[in-house]
Amino acid sequence: MRIDRRHGRFAAVAAALTALLAAAACGGGGESGGGAGKSGGESGGKITLTLDTFGNFGYKALIDQYQQAHPNIKIEHRIVQRFEDQYLPRMTQWLNAGRGAGDVIGIDEGAMGLMAANPGYFTDLAQFGLDKRESEFPPFKWQAGINSEGKLFALGTDVGGLNMCYRKDLFEKAGLPTDREEVAKLWPDWNGYLETGKKFAAKNTGKDDPKFVDGPNTVYEAVLAQEAAKNGNITYFDKQNQLVVDKNPAVKAAFDYVQQVSKAGLTAKLRAFDPTWDTGFKKGQFATIACPSWMLGIIEEKTGAEGKGQWDVAAVPGGGGNWGGSWLAVPKQSKHPKEAADLLNFLTSKDGHIGAFKEAKGLPSSLPAQQDAAVTGLTSEYFNNAPVGKIFTASVTSLQPVFLGKDHAAVKAAVGRVVEGMDQGSIKYDQAWQRFLDAGKSAAR
Amino acid sequence: MTLHVAAPPAERAAPPPPARGRRLLSWLDLRASGYVLVAPYFLLFAIFGVFPLVYTAWVSLHDWELAGDKTFLGLENYGYLISDPVFWNAVLNTIGIFALSTVPQLVLALMLANALNKRLRARLFLRLSILLPMVTSVVAVAVVFSQLYQRDYGLINWFLGLFGVDNIHWQGEKWSSWIAIASMVDWRWTGYNAIIYLAAMQTIPRDVYEAAELDGASPRRQFWQITVPMLRPTIIFTVFVSTIGGFTLFAEPMIFDGGLADGGTDGQFQTVAMLIYKEAFREFDYGYGAAAAWLLFALILIGALVNYSLARRIGGGK
Repeated sequence: MRIDRRHGRFAAVAAALTALLAAAACGGGGESGGGAGKSGGESGGKITLTLDTFGNFGYKALIDQYQQAHPNIKIEHRIVQRFEDQYLPRMTQWLNAGRGAGDVIGIDEGAMGLMAANPGYFTDLAQFGLDKRESEFPPFKWQAGINSEGKLFALGTDVGGLNMCYRKDLFEKAGLPTDREEVAKLWPDWNGYLETGKKFAAKNTGKDDPKFVDGPNTVYEAVLAQEAAKNGNITYFDKQNQLVVDKNPAVKAAFDYVQQVSKAGLTAKLRAFDPTWDTGFKKGQFATIACPSWMLGIIEEKTGAEGKGQWDVAAVPGGGGNWGGSWLAVPKQSKHPKEAADLLNFLTSKDGHIGAFKEAKGLPSSLPAQQDAAVTGLTSEYFNNAPVGKIFTASVTSLQPVFLGKDHAAVKAAVGRVVEGMDQGSIKYDQAWQRFLDAGKSAAR
Repeated sequence: MTLHVAAPPAERAAPPPPARGRRLLSWLDLRASGYVLVAPYFLLFAIFGVFPLVYTAWVSLHDWELAGDKTFLGLENYGYLISDPVFWNAVLNTIGIFALSTVPQLVLALMLANALNKRLRARLFLRLSILLPMVTSVVAVAVVFSQLYQRDYGLINWFLGLFGVDNIHWQGEKWSSWIAIASMVDWRWTGYNAIIYLAAMQTIPRDVYEAAELDGASPRRQFWQITVPMLRPTIIFTVFVSTIGGFTLFAEPMIFDGGLADGGTDGQFQTVAMLIYKEAFREFDYGYGAAAAWLLFALILIGALVNYSLARRIGGGK
């Protein structure tokens, strides 16, 4: 009997352990099932699609519109602020693990090379007939969406274009012209921009006075975009994906220019997309910022309602250029590729492009949308009624597509820190170029 | 009655021989049940402890790209790391921040515990309030401190400005960033260590102090000659825990850098844990990150041993 009781206890413990293990196993399985169910669940015939984007794609109204037209679809929109260091690492892990990514995901230009080199990550959009839309896009935007196996995996959303945003009120205080045509005449080239900056600085010598530029990185990116177009349309990598950071004159030119700007003390020493940068907008710490179309939405969001009518848009020094732009793709892991492709089709359609432009000012890459009166005629009340539609569509007609290598995002992030450190004084000017090259090489390894 | 008396001994004398299966069970029960009972821990440890360690070691022997090829390299990653100035810079930062945060932290915790061990008004309230920073999340602490240390509009620079000090860019230099990060760590962990010391102090018998008092020992002398030596095992424990925590420091410097893993523009405060993260998750070089993780493991072992041998001597010199 005693033995029996203990045997019973033993059996009970064993049973409990088995149950625990089974529960743990179920827990694991159940969780994965739950995760999958969440990203592609069907409850009562309703399909949930997850949309992953970063920054501001301007999709709020479009999602509502799509859900109303498709009552069986529910869209969950997940937004992350920054691309290189937040969105991309997580997304790459999800794509690699085969689980976790949304049904439709946004990709910035800097990672398109990486994504195209991994055809296993994405659904072939041609099987849903999206290959018929080639004529709607500029060739470079379309080509970037074709992966190393020749399959269509992504369709374009916005293009950057390039202009210069400036604070009218601060220009006025510094005795500079404020009209956008007059302002554009101040800087036909980047040298003119530097000279204007020096004039501005001469009137703002106090410790807490505003600076001319937000920080070194935005100027650097803008100049690099233009210089790349003069040097075979490449930046850190050549078209064979070899690192050319030390050989491409475009990189050196952009670096040298930003060093001049920094030495002249024209920057507020802020890093783009850092919380201090946000504060800088609010406090009016700087008077100009290089402005791709998508930057308009960011300026409006960061400066807030009290900045309405203070900002304006003028032509960029050196005339035109492109910085940024994104694509949408459907990961292979999506449980509802057909529905996801339909959503992607809608968001990249002419109406989708126009809706996004109205909401976040990301300039459409879709050619029919670019020619639409709703885009060309759009003015922005926030930007002192600037005809942003006209200004930005004009800036992309001469747009030169730049090739970005597989590891572009990593190299860009690494060399960007050196530029920032040089401006803030933690890296000496005469050592900065060598550090820049070292950082680029180490990131590409 | 006679029947009753006679029958039981017969029964007792010849119990039915247990079945073979039963004997096996009983053997198992005696010998194995202990192992079965501790098994869940070891099972979990195997899954979440040993397997990741071994797998990380395996990954570290490869050129293992997150989105790309995986080729076997042998020990090449380790060779690279040992000759990589970025790695040694991260080691220096980690040790520097560790020393700058832990030494004042433990000394302060000891003082605090000693003060709280005395008769005070509102003793419970004071004891609870030094533990309060523990309740806040590391991220929240780091975010708030990063704002305090902001260059242009931070509270600390404003305060220093009252004395005519120019705005300090705290992230810009090694010394300033180390101080800032050490202050975050200390704010959160000093109270925790103080409570542990306090609990240990309360186990020291009163009569030892009374005897010392009769011999005319000052409170200061009592502290150094009685309290500290009696606390030695506890001090060794806190030194161990702080070493592990300090060497794997990640969240505070990460947030101090605005969420990037570079630790400043020039790696001023990049810790080894941040370097691992950056290599693996921003540059997608898992193999290199894994090798750095193993070297960090080795560093922690060395660090813990060194600190142990130092802490063992506390109050031991008689």
